[in-house]
Order: sequence, then structure tokens, then C-alpha cells
Amino acid sequence: MNYADPVEAARDAGKRTHHFHGGLKLKHNKHISCLVPVKRPPLPEFLVVPLLQHAGDVAEPFVKAGDHVLKGQQIGLCEPCAAIHAPTSGTVEAIENRLMTHSSGMTGPCVVIRPDGKDQWVELKPITDVLNTSSDSLINQLQECGIAGLGGAVFPTHTKTLDGRERQIHTLILNGSECEPYISCDEMLMREQPEKIVLGARILRRALGAEQVVIAIEDQMGAVQEALTYAAECAECTSILVVKVTKIYPEGGERQLIKVLTGLEVPAGGRPSDLGLVCQNVATAAAVADAVLEGKPLIERYITVTGNGILHPRNFLALIGTPFSHLVEACGGYTEDVARLVVGGPMMGYPVSSDSTPVVKASNCILALTQKDITTPQAEMPCIRCGECSRACPASLLPQQLHLQIRNSMWDEAQEYGLLACIECGCCDFVCPSHIPLVQWFRYGKGQLRQRAIETQATDIARERFEAREARLLRKKQERAEKMARRKQMLKDKVAHKTTANKPDGKEADA
Amino acid sequence: MRNFEIGGAPHMSQQITVARVMLQVLLALVPGILAYTWFFGPGILIQILLATGFALLFESLMLRFRGQPLKPFINDYSAVLTAVLFALCIPPLAPWWISCIAMLFAIVFAKHLYGGLGQNVFNPAMVGYIVVLISFPQAMTAWLPPLALAEYGMGLFDSLVVIFTGHLPASLSWDTITQATPLDTLKTGVESGRMVSEIRQSPLFGEFGGKGWEWIANWFALGGLYLLYKRVISWQVPLAVIGSVVLLSLPFWMADPDGNPFPMQHVFSGALVLAAFFIATDPVSGCVSNRGRLIFGAGVGIITLVIRRWGGYPDGVAFAVLLMNMAAPLIDRYTRPRMYGE
Amino acid sequence: MLTAILTLTVLGLALGLGLGWAGIRLKVDTDPVVDRIDALLPQTQCGQCGYPGCRPYAEAISKEEADINQCPPGGETGIRALADLLGREEKPLNPENGEEKPKTVVVIDELRCIGCTLCIQACPVDAIVGAAKLMHTVIESECTGCNLCLPPCPVDCIDIIETTTGISQWRSPRPAENLYPATAQ
Repeated sequence: MNYADPVEAARDAGKRTHHFHGGLKLKHNKHISCLVPVKRPPLPEFLVVPLLQHAGDVAEPFVKAGDHVLKGQQIGLCEPCAAIHAPTSGTVEAIENRLMTHSSGMTGPCVVIRPDGKDQWVELKPITDVLNTSSDSLINQLQECGIAGLGGAVFPTHTKTLDGRERQIHTLILNGSECEPYISCDEMLMREQPEKIVLGARILRRALGAEQVVIAIEDQMGAVQEALTYAAECAECTSILVVKVTKIYPEGGERQLIKVLTGLEVPAGGRPSDLGLVCQNVATAAAVADAVLEGKPLIERYITVTGNGILHPRNFLALIGTPFSHLVEACGGYTEDVARLVVGGPMMGYPVSSDSTPVVKASNCILALTQKDITTPQAEMPCIRCGECSRACPASLLPQQLHLQIRNSMWDEAQEYGLLACIECGCCDFVCPSHIPLVQWFRYGKGQLRQRAIETQATDIARERFEAREARLLRKKQERAEKMARRKQMLKDKVAHKTTANKPDGKEADA
Repeated sequence: MRNFEIGGAPHMSQQITVARVMLQVLLALVPGILAYTWFFGPGILIQILLATGFALLFESLMLRFRGQPLKPFINDYSAVLTAVLFALCIPPLAPWWISCIAMLFAIVFAKHLYGGLGQNVFNPAMVGYIVVLISFPQAMTAWLPPLALAEYGMGLFDSLVVIFTGHLPASLSWDTITQATPLDTLKTGVESGRMVSEIRQSPLFGEFGGKGWEWIANWFALGGLYLLYKRVISWQVPLAVIGSVVLLSLPFWMADPDGNPFPMQHVFSGALVLAAFFIATDPVSGCVSNRGRLIFGAGVGIITLVIRRWGGYPDGVAFAVLLMNMAAPLIDRYTRPRMYGE
Repeated sequence: MLTAILTLTVLGLALGLGLGWAGIRLKVDTDPVVDRIDALLPQTQCGQCGYPGCRPYAEAISKEEADINQCPPGGETGIRALADLLGREEKPLNPENGEEKPKTVVVIDELRCIGCTLCIQACPVDAIVGAAKLMHTVIESECTGCNLCLPPCPVDCIDIIETTTGISQWRSPRPAENLYPATAQ
């Protein structure tokens, strides 16, 4: 796509909305979980805080079994990821392997805390004078408080902000367009705490050095736009624009949202900061406000517990580490015909095998599905190349080709056809008349491509080292041969010199 | 604490199935089939039933032979669709063994030996049609005139007798009951030097196409529009096929109105409308991208016209479709749509 | 009949010339075959194929002195890739060269190491650091699992261990192969 100056064009973000290719109109089913206001559930018996919560490696724990921790105390860190904190005061029961909230279903090290009921905060260090604080200190506070992207990717916010600051960002986009059906946690946050979002937006804008903020909302149930606009007006903030965007799934995906707001596409292999934009979730902005103005680390989040398998669906403000079973109990329990428990939405979420799985920073929804929800009308058939999938793909890929390539392990072709650009939204899977599990194939394919890239890198390094060693050995051999040749030559010269001189010289004989 | 069973995303799905897609196409063919029966008698219905029977038989045999389960494939109506499309291309009184041989080649060779559903390179119905067309030219060119013009109208019983035994009712011979199609008449007439306007005086021709044939084409077009509305097919292929035929025949007609038929004559003759909406839109053997589909349709239209004008056969649609099927993978390669961010 | 023979001969000559010209004019520049074969080999440099390293084996394959099924670390996928590249028949791994095993690395037991440098000299990718009379250590990320360091060690202090598979190595599994699950019993 040719654009004269994309950064200039991106400055007009939000002035009008554009369309992106493909996408689906889905029934949102969000109203079932928005009937009652959000509340905090009672403290569970145990809190299980996994040490792997962010994109990156497992964190190193700072505590051990038997320690007493306070609410908000740092209990783990893995540079350069964000820190992990204790969600409430209590005793560390153990640091052991428990089931993690991850699509692999693997176990991993978790800090198990038994709350003492006192909910005692650690000494908080808020930033009192934000306007006169440097951007560096703000970003440092974000890292200390463990703020990460709460939209699902859990990318550490301080890293994103630092990177954005280097690259001259002019617009901060706050993503409040929760496009997946059933999930309503962001919607409830925007309805109940719009001022906090506005405060967070202003802090992030300051930290990034951006000029304006655009908050994108879907407003499925109305009232959000008014609430946010009013909050912005109250804060006398003229650089915040609240924009209602289309209700087509997966319009809340970062790349699709940028296309809708600016009409531009993020270059393949590039990032939104290439266009002068940074995208954050509205919940992240609220967490940033808490971190900077009150010094509170990220220890709780809005989470929707919903689905046809839950008796009374609703939203909670749950502590990180709360087991799912506790939240489900707090909304009346399961229905008779519940069949599957999914973390996330029905399009992109992954199933979990047990409801003892804890809430982590990335969990935005617990979806309980009934047997009726998950049965497909027909078993998988071969692909009939109808093209519905490529019609629906928001990344303009050719899922029917990619699927055949992955099935037949044609990895180079799959890479050429853009498999790594797939956002795993599930649109292609949803429309397929043959009910081929396309998203599963693409997740497998992407994993294999990444593995091959790592392996190719390793073999390239091994080859280089081997060749370097061969070169070194060859060089040594050559040097030795040269030395020998020189010595021989020297001896020959000496002997020749001796015979011609005809005078045995003691010194020369020794040399 | 409770345990659950795992399954993959997404966790909701639509009610659409392959069988439903095929059924919609079959439904869209019904008006055209009814018009055909109205104009030409019940022979076509017998052909459809015969072809369907043979197609399902061969499909079951091949599935058994390949060790695959029968139920999902027989129930997906793809063999039925192949059979119906083939039956609509052959003369209503073709002997029963024509359907048998054609379905053998279509289902066994063109479909299953290439891998089964979704893997055929060539359109199976067209492969079957071309095999019998080339092998049995006499049986395949014994077309009937419309009932309105026929000296002897073949009823249901008569048709059955002819199809299964090859014997005509007493006192009739093949020459008396068969007649050349409008396209055939046009072709031989133009080649022998007569003017188009003169040829069109013949009672064989109707308002804008062949008598009877034009209405059948209309009803097929209506079915095609229904498919477009239901988004079963995309508009690129029909537009390209019909558009290229019109655009290519227009200059010829304008230059020499006596030697060339009016573009609409071309469109409403032969199997062009059927091909535009039902045959060339076969997703498996066609192109994947939208631009590719336009090129594919244009190719079908152009080759059809070339064969009609200069080739040996009165109607070249089947050959055109097969030739473009050969080119489809290459077209796909060069018309890959631009990805997001490229 | 003469015209037919003449026409076909002329056509044949013309098309043959055309193909020859196209073969020269439209030739695609590719890497030499040896480089392409070497790119498919796993670079373990173990010598199980009978050649002192992956590059000599690649050269032998290109000269057709060696068969493509002699590389155990490459395994079945490696043989298939070589068969695809060279147009040769795919064969099972030759059991004389070894058997396919998952990738391993080695670790030196520091309590037993005597600092003789024999393993350092044996390692084909210089993955062991150390010096005479000083501790030797294997750099895990550089070790290819060739196990060439085990025979020279006089005190047998090198152990083979499996590579760590934690959550960052986890990959999404391949979906079940049964195409027709409802009917596959």
C-alpha cells in the first residue's frame, strides 16, 4: 500500500472510520453479564499466583515457603518483564508446580498464598506530582508495579512505552472495543470507572510524549460513550477523542483497529509505532492510573464469568490468583449441562481441564459452554475450496491454501503465504462449511515455523563455529609448516655458510 | 473443583454444512429443469434420475474401494450435483449407457482418482460429458426440437422405451424426430454462406435465442441470481463469462451483422448461462482469488466463442471449462491477493 | 502424408530450438548443489555418516559417493528433504550409521574433571571452554549433541542429558489426523 506520509495520515486517527477486509457479524451475548454492577468476590481459601504471567520467561521468586507477605509486595521478577506482586496479605504456603493458565495445559511454578484476612497493604509509593515528574520515573513506576497489557497479550507496559518514546509517538489509542462475544469486562470498567481511564490515558500520554489520545469503543449496550466523554470533559482534557467503531469481529484486534481508525495498515513485520501509534487496552490505562497516583501494583482485574453454563453470569473485580471455581461459586455455580470451560472468548479462547486454574493478568473471561454450544452439525469434511474463509479473513490471507500447506508440511510456502501474519481470530474456522479446525492447524503451523526458525539459527551458528574451527586448525597447520620450512631453510643456509666459510665458528654452530 | 474435557477453538460454530451448500445449488437448478421439461418433454427427468443413480453407485463403489466411510460423502450431495449438471447437457433421448459411461469417467476418474471431494483438478461433469461426446457423436447429437415444433411429441412411456431399449416407436425414424439445435443450424448456415437474419427466420429461433432454449436459459439465470443472493457463488465468474462473450461478439456483430449473431443470441444459446452460474463456478476446479475468478470466467467465455465460431463443435462451453481448469492453478499463483500490511 | 511429416518435423525443430534458447536465456541462478544439501543437514558434525563433518558429507552426496540416508540426527525429515531436493528415492535411515534419537546435550561433571583438554580438542564446534589444568565447561546452547567428546575423556566425566523442555519450548500440537471423526470408530 503506498502512502505519501503515513505518520501524517495517522495523525487524523479517529476523525472518520474505515473498513477492514473480512470479519464477521456475531451475536454479542454481552448483556447477560452486565445486569448487575461489578463486585469483589469474597477472599478465597488459597491464592495461586503463577510465576509465568507475561510474554517471556518464568520469573524468579523473591519469597519462600513460610514467609509472610503483605498486599502488593513484590514476590517475583524476571528482567525485562514486569514484576509480580502478592494479591493480598498472608503466608506463603508453598512454591510448587500447579496447573497454569496457559493453552498448553502444563504445570509450572506458582506461589501459593494463604490469605490472613487482614488485606494489609505494603507501604505504597505513589507519585504525588505527576506533572513535574519525568517520563523516566513514570515508566519506572510502571515496571515496579507490574503493569502489563490487560487485553490478552500481557506485554509489559513499561517496555512498550519506552519503545514508543524512542520512536516519536503522536497518538495513543486506547482499545475499548471488546469485539469477542460474551466478554464484557472492559465495557463494565468503562461504565463504572471512566475517570480512572481518562487519568491513565493522560499519564500514558505524558510518558510517551504523545499529542492526542483516541479511545475506541464498540458501545454494544450504550452509555459508554457518554460516560467517557463526560469524564474527559470533567478533566478538561481536550486532546482525548472518544470514537465509536464498527461492531464487526475482530475489530478489536490491534491491526484491524488501526485500519479502522486511520485507514492505514501496519506494515508487514512492523509495529504500530512505525506509524506513530501505540495501542493499549483501557484496563491497562486504569491500572496505570492506580500505579502512578496511588502506587498500587497490578493485583486485581475485571473478569467476566459468563456463558450458558453459568447460572448467574456477571463481572467481578477479582484478585490475581483466585481459582476459577471460587468465582463460579460466587455467581451461583454451573448449570446442569455445562460441558467445557474456556479462558477468553468463544472465538479465540483456550479450554482448561480443571477449574482450579487461577486468574492471571491475561484472563479476561471465564466462559462455561454447554454441550449444545460446542457441537458442530457435522464432522470434518475435506476442503471444497469455496473461499468463504478468505472472504472472512481480516488479515487478507488465504486460509484454504495455508491449511493445505501446513497439512503437507510445506513450510517455505506457508511462510511465503503469510502464515505468521495470522492473528488466530477464528473467522475462517467459523464460516467453513466443511468444519475444518483451521485455527488449530494454524496454531500448530505457526509453532512449527517458529521452531524451524530457531533450529535454522542454531544450525547456522553451529556451521559457522565448525568452519571457524576448521579454519583455525588449518591456519595452525600452515603456520607450523611455514615455521618448519623456515627452520629448514635457516639450517640449510647455516650449513652452506659453514662449508663455504670453511671456518667452524663456535657461536654460529650454537645458533 | 471440577474437571472438564478439552476441545479446540473456536467454541461456537455455524449451522452451515457442505450438504447444505450443494442442496442450495440443486434448488437453484429446479426452475431451469422445470422449464426444460415444459419445452422438451419428460426425457430430461429420466436422464437426471439415471445419471444420479449411476453417480451414486460409482461413488459408493469407489469409497468402499478406497476404504473411506460412505455416510458423510454420499450425504453431501456432491455426486448428485455432478450428475444433474451432466444430465442437463445431454440430449433427452440419449441411451442409458451414455449416462453410465459418463458417470464412470466423471466420478471414478475425474473425482476419486484425483483424491475425492475437494481434490479434483477438472470439473467432473464436464469430463464425463466430453468423454461421451467425443466417443459417441451420433448419440450425443440427436437433439429433439421443442414440443411445440415436434411432429411427434415423446411422452413419458415413449421416452423410457427409447432410452432403455434404443427402439423408437413404430413408424418413426431418428431423422424424423431429431432436429439440429439452433446453434448447430446457425453454424452450418453461416458456413454455407447464408445470412444470419435469414437463418433466424426458421421457426427454430425465438425472440432472442433458440425457441425454448432461451427460456430455459432465463430460468437458469434466475437460479443463478438466487445463488448470488445467498452468497453461495461470487459474482466474478458469471459476470466474466457472460461479459466476455458479449464484449467479444459485439465488435464482430457490429462489423458484419449478417455473418455474426447478435451477442444476446450467443448468451442465450447452448449451455452458456448454465456454465456461467453453475459449471464454471465450481469452487474446487476454479480459481481462489477474486481477480483470478475474473480471468477464469473471461477465459471460459473467450474460448467458448472461439470454438463456436471457428471450431468443429457447435458449442464449446465444456471444452472451454476444461481448458481453463488446467490454467486455474497458474492463474491463482499470479493473482494472489495482497495481504494486510504488504 | 508428406506434408504431415514435413510439418511435424519443422514444428519439432522449431520448438526444440525454442526450448533450448529458453533454457539458456531464462535460467535461474541458484546456489550450487553442495550448499543446498549442506543447508538441509543438521550441522551436528558428529561423523556418524562416515564423513568428518556435515560439509564433507554434503560434498559426497553431490558427487553421488554417499547415499542420502546416512544421517541419524537429520532423521526421517532430513532424508525426505534431501530426497525432495535431489529427486532421489526416499529410503529409511541406514541402521549401520546409527538410529534417530531426540536431541541431547552433554554436561561435564565438574567434580571429576581433571583438566586434560582432550575433550576441547575433540569438539567440532568449540563448545567446550577451558584450558589445561583448569575447569572445562560445556556451553549448553552451542552443544550439538554429537558426543565426540565422550571417547577421549580419560576419567569418563561427561554425561549425556536431554535438552530442557519447559513451557517456552512448548508448541501447539498437530490436530488429530482423522478426517472424519464422527465416522471413524
